[in-house]
Amino acid sequence: MKALTTIKSRFVPINIENIDTDQIIPARFLKATTKDGFGENLFRDWRYEQDDETKPKADFPLNQSQFSGEILVAGKNFGCGSSREHAAWSLLDYGFRVVVSSFFADIFKNNALNNGILPVQVSDEFLQKIFACDHQTELVIDLKKQTITISGSQNPPLGGGGAGGASFEINTYKKTCLLHGYDDIDYLLSITEEIKQFERIEN
Amino acid sequence: MHTGDQHTSADSQTPPLGGRGVTLFEKIWHKHIVKTIDDGPSVLYIDRHFIHEVTSPQAFTGLNKRGIRVFRPKQVVATADHNVPTINQHLPIKEELGRLQVAALKTNCKEHDIELYSLGHKYQGIVHVIGPELGITQPGMTIVCGDSHTSTHGAFGAIAFGIGTSEVEMVFATQCLLQSKPKLMRIRVEGQLNPGVVSKDIVLYILSKITASGATGYAVEFAGSAIRALSMEARMTICNMSIEMGARCGLIAPDETTFHYIHGRPFAPQGEDWDKKLAAWRSLFSDDDAQFDKEISIHAGEIEPMITYGTNPGMGIGISQNIPTTETIHENDRSGLCKSLAYMELQQGAAILGQKIDYVFIGSCTNSRIEDLRMVAEFVKGKRKADDVEVWIVPGSKQVEAQAIEEGIDQIFREAGFNLRQPGCSACLGMNEDKIPAGKYCISTSNRNFEGRQGAGARTLLASPLTAAAAAITGVVTDVRTLLN
Ligand code: SF4
Repeated sequence: MKALTTIKSRFVPINIENIDTDQIIPARFLKATTKDGFGENLFRDWRYEQDDETKPKADFPLNQSQFSGEILVAGKNFGCGSSREHAAWSLLDYGFRVVVSSFFADIFKNNALNNGILPVQVSDEFLQKIFACDHQTELVIDLKKQTITISGSQNPPLGGGGAGGASFEINTYKKTCLLHGYDDIDYLLSITEEIKQFERIEN
Repeated sequence: MHTGDQHTSADSQTPPLGGRGVTLFEKIWHKHIVKTIDDGPSVLYIDRHFIHEVTSPQAFTGLNKRGIRVFRPKQVVATADHNVPTINQHLPIKEELGRLQVAALKTNCKEHDIELYSLGHKYQGIVHVIGPELGITQPGMTIVCGDSHTSTHGAFGAIAFGIGTSEVEMVFATQCLLQSKPKLMRIRVEGQLNPGVVSKDIVLYILSKITASGATGYAVEFAGSAIRALSMEARMTICNMSIEMGARCGLIAPDETTFHYIHGRPFAPQGEDWDKKLAAWRSLFSDDDAQFDKEISIHAGEIEPMITYGTNPGMGIGISQNIPTTETIHENDRSGLCKSLAYMELQQGAAILGQKIDYVFIGSCTNSRIEDLRMVAEFVKGKRKADDVEVWIVPGSKQVEAQAIEEGIDQIFREAGFNLRQPGCSACLGMNEDKIPAGKYCISTSNRNFEGRQGAGARTLLASPLTAAAAAITGVVTDVRTLLN
C-alpha cells in the first residue's frame, strides 16, 4: 500500500447522495482476476451514453475538463451497497487518493483504507461549502493533523473569509498504517503464533 | 414506530463491565477476540469463510505472491454463483471472462485444498443459500464472505458480515480480521402480521422508516414476537437486507426454530457433539438488562405489502400508497427523489398500483429458498401469467431446485407460464447472462434497486415473492391481498 501524508489538489465534485458501489463500478466489469485497469470503467454508466458506450456524457464531472485532481468530493452515504473492493481499485486506478463526503458506508471505508485511499468525513455544512467552491479551489488534506482546508479559492465560500477548514476522525491504528503504507495483513501475519494459541484455548 | 437513543457510556472496545447484561452480539464477539490493539481495532477470529468466483481471485493472487498457503482451508467453503448461467448449466459458460473466473476458482481451490461446490455439484448455489442449508452456518459463529449479503447468516445467531477482497486475503492468511466493535441497535417487531404480509415486507418497511444508511456503524439485532414467529427462511430474508440499512451485520437470537432447522443437515454437529453445541447455543440471547445504543420498535400490524419506487432500498412505500412528492419529504432528500424518479420514469404523487411490469424476477439470496418457492406456487396454482410479462423463477441452490421438483412445484410454475431456471445469482446483479433490458420494469424479490443493478438502464421495483407473483398474474403492480382467498 502506498503511504499518504498530505495531499494538496483540486477536486472533482459529484454532488449526489447514496452513491452505491454498483454506480462506482457496474457488476459487468467485475470479471477480471487482477486489480488493474478498473479506472477505465469508474462510474461507467454515468460517464457514457447508454446507447453509445464510447460517447462521454458532457454533463458528468469526470468528463468536464475544468475538474481534475486526486480528490473526489461526493454526497452523503458514499460507497453503500455491494462489498466489491473493485470500487476502491477503480477510484485508485483513476487517480483518486482521497474521497470527501459527509458519510461513508462501512465496508467501503475499510476497502478504501486497505488500498491507501483516505475517506475524509466532514459535516454536511462543510461538504456544501466545498461544493460551493469553484473548480480552481484546492483542498489540502493533512493526515497527521487530521485536517482538511479549502485554499486558493477565487470565489471564496460565503462567510468563509476566503478559506475554511475542518478536522476529521480516523482511528489511530489506521492512521499509522496509512502514514507508513503498512497493510493489515502484515500485522496479522506477524501474530500467527498468538492466533494458534487462541485456537488451542478455544477448541 | 418509535425510536429511542440510549447512550451507553461503555467504551466500545472494552468488554462489558460486570453488573450490566450482555447482548447477543457481545457474547459472540468477546469469544472471538484474539487480542485488541491499544487505541485500535481488535483481532477477530473467523470460524467460517465462504468464497465465490468474483471477489476471491485477487486474494489468491496476493497469497501466491507472498508465497503462503491458506491457513485453515477446512474452514473455507467455495461455490460459483455470480457469473453462472441459469440455463444449460451442463454446457461451458459462453461468456469468456466469466468462464475464466469460474475456472480460476476451481484451480485456486484445488491448489489450496478448499472444498468447492461449483457447477455440476449437487450442493452448488448462491453462497448465502447453501451455507445455511448445508448446516455449515451455525449459532455463535463468526462468518465472513467477500459479499455484503453475508449478513444473511446472522439469522442463526451468528456474527456474519461482508468483507472486501483485501480482507478475504487476510482471512485466507490468518483466519483473522482487524475489526472495531460496532455500536448496537435492537429493532423489535411485535404483534401479528396481516394476511399477505411476509418477512420481506417487514424489512422493506424498516428500511423505508430508517433509510438506506439508518443503521450504518451498527450491528442490528432483530427481536420481538413477530420475528420469533418467523421460519428460518423468513428470518434470513430480514438479516439479508440488514446491509441495505448500512448495518455491519444483522442477527437474531437462535431458538427452537433455529435448532430444528439445523438438526440433521449434512454439516450439522451429530451425536454427543450436537448435545454439547446445543447446550452452548441455548445461552445465545441478549440478557434482559442488556443495553443497546439504539432501540426501535415496530408494530407488525402497521405493515402492509411493500414495494420500492426509487433507486435505493430505503425508497419504499406501502403498496396502497402514492409515491412521495418533493413537498412531503425532507428538503435534503428532494434532489435524490427527483433523480431517482427520472431514472425510474415514475411520477411524484402517483399511485404505484397499476404500474405496468415487463419482467418478474423471483430469486436471489433474499428470496430463493424452498419456502419462497412454495409460497409462490401456492398462490399461482391454477392461475396463468399475464401475456406480456416474462417471469423468471431462479432457485437459490441445486438442493432447492431438487426439492421443488420433488414437490411438483415445477409443474405448477410451468402451467402458470413461469420460467423455472437453474440456480445462481441470475438477474439480481446484471453480471451474468440474465439481464433486464434498458427501460424495462422488473418487479424483483432481490435486495437492490440501484440504477443499472439488474442491467444497464433496467428499472427495479423490490417486493416480496407474493407481491411479485401477483404482478406476474396481472401484469401490473397489484395488491396481493385482493387476490387472496
Ligand atoms: S443473489 Fe444477488 S445479492 Fe445475493 S449474493 Fe448473488 S448477487 Fe449478491
